[in-house]
Amino acid sequence: MTLEEKQIEIVEEFEVYDDWMDKYEYIIELGKELPIISEENKTEDKLIEGCQSRVWLHSEVKDGKMQFSADSDAIITKGIIGLLIRVMNNESPETIATANLHFIADIGLQEHLSPTRANGLASMVQRLKMSALKAI
Amino acid sequence: MVEEKIKVPFDVEQIRRQFPTLSQQVYGKDLIYLDNGATSQKPQVVIDAIAKYYSEDNSNIHRGVHHLSQVATEQYENARSTIQRYINAPLLEEVLFTAGTTAGINMIAFSFGETLKEGDEIIISAMEHHSNIVPWQMLCERKKCILKIIPINQKGELKMDVFESFLSEKTKLVSVTHISNTLGTINPIKEIIDQSHQVGAKVIIDGAQSIQHMKIDVQELDCDFFIFSGHKVFGPTGVGIVYGKKEILDTLPPYQGGGDMIAKVTFEKTTYNVLPHKFEAGTPNISGGICLGTAFEFLAEQDLNAIAKHEHHLAKFAEEEILKIEGARIIGTAQNKTSVVSFVIDGLHPFDIGTLLDKQGIAVRTGHHCTQPLMDFFEIPGTIRASFAFYNTMEEVEIFIKALKRSVGMLR
Repeated sequence: MTLEEKQIEIVEEFEVYDDWMDKYEYIIELGKELPIISEENKTEDKLIEGCQSRVWLHSEVKDGKMQFSADSDAIITKGIIGLLIRVMNNESPETIATANLHFIADIGLQEHLSPTRANGLASMVQRLKMSALKAI
Repeated sequence: MVEEKIKVPFDVEQIRRQFPTLSQQVYGKDLIYLDNGATSQKPQVVIDAIAKYYSEDNSNIHRGVHHLSQVATEQYENARSTIQRYINAPLLEEVLFTAGTTAGINMIAFSFGETLKEGDEIIISAMEHHSNIVPWQMLCERKKCILKIIPINQKGELKMDVFESFLSEKTKLVSVTHISNTLGTINPIKEIIDQSHQVGAKVIIDGAQSIQHMKIDVQELDCDFFIFSGHKVFGPTGVGIVYGKKEILDTLPPYQGGGDMIAKVTFEKTTYNVLPHKFEAGTPNISGGICLGTAFEFLAEQDLNAIAKHEHHLAKFAEEEILKIEGARIIGTAQNKTSVVSFVIDGLHPFDIGTLLDKQGIAVRTGHHCTQPLMDFFEIPGTIRASFAFYNTMEEVEIFIKALKRSVGMLR
């Protein structure tokens, strides 16, 4: 599945929810399900300090593909991270560096990526792309 | 006198009708605005005054010989005098327009700071907003002064005995908040002012969170400075007030240089204008100042005692209901408290709760509320803060509690 196909798949998953609370219920479930970072990778240098919630991001390259794991102390942030990683994992650094992550806006969560939201997500996406750029 | 106007009997529905922002829906739900500690909504009279100023009266003030400039100047100076009467400042020139509380504190920190020397001591408290911490840290770095912090107890009250032990002839300034924006604690500022004066220290009161809730009489308080923002007291953003005693302001150097603050400029020597202009360099926020006057006229018509009772009632009910939720803790349980309810729920992140409340139409604030040292003291990443104003209703509190319970249920 390409990165674009994964984005479309997520947008379709969210189409069944017309109520905001149902959307968030789903995001929270994603957040609860995902143990997405190993404790030894939850170190200071992996921490992206947001004003409100904090995000840890670990990245590595395996066989030319990027592998990410991340975590957050806020469960909604964690759920959205889960979506981002689902889209970005196992992609080449070039694909990630140039990816247009439109699915976040498509499912109505763009506010979480605005720098003023201060939840670390905007910086996390930046760092995801930076780590991909470095790997090119 | 503004104060002698007949007060309007307190009627929350009648008040709500004057605040157009309140009657809207967000995400298909009726907006419930409980973020009044961050900023207040504006009554129609203030909104109309802003439109009127820009439609009819816009002109630069002071020095203009033409009609419009005189109209704008008169309105601006009338606003100053409305605010002077409201806070009972003895002299008109003791009321300085500034951009807000932060700008005001920075102004005094700079100008008063210029009179300080190495080893002088400044006292603030552990519950200060960053805007009443950082300017003093900057000053202490610049002038090698010593900053002392009044600690608090677990209820969020100042340890007054420690404060007393700090006071000495080295104490030059005490800058404390009247009401904590995070905890709602009302500090015993009269006691602080009197005790500070006994050692000759000057006192700054950060009134950002009190001016909208209680009658302020700067003469009765005898504070040396009282600083607040316009936007938290139903006025526009970008305008605020520094009240300062003339005898002190006269001895301080100006803060910013520019137009309006000068008497005569030559390249050899410039002399400064008299108060209040000495501290008001450049074209001010004219519309902001005028419309802040309108906000104070509006406030002067309200029955502040009835409002205080109403707000207290809302906050108390909210606290009782929040405490029924498993794992809920109120942060800030001072004996003397205003209508701010800060809380945490064990195991849940404030950001998650705030996000889910938002989607149910409820505006609260989450995070550290610009008081990181306080969060460190309570060992929490942040709180959820509901701050009530006189236009909030019991019904709104009930909806908020219901939405909060739903959010907690979803997150657990």
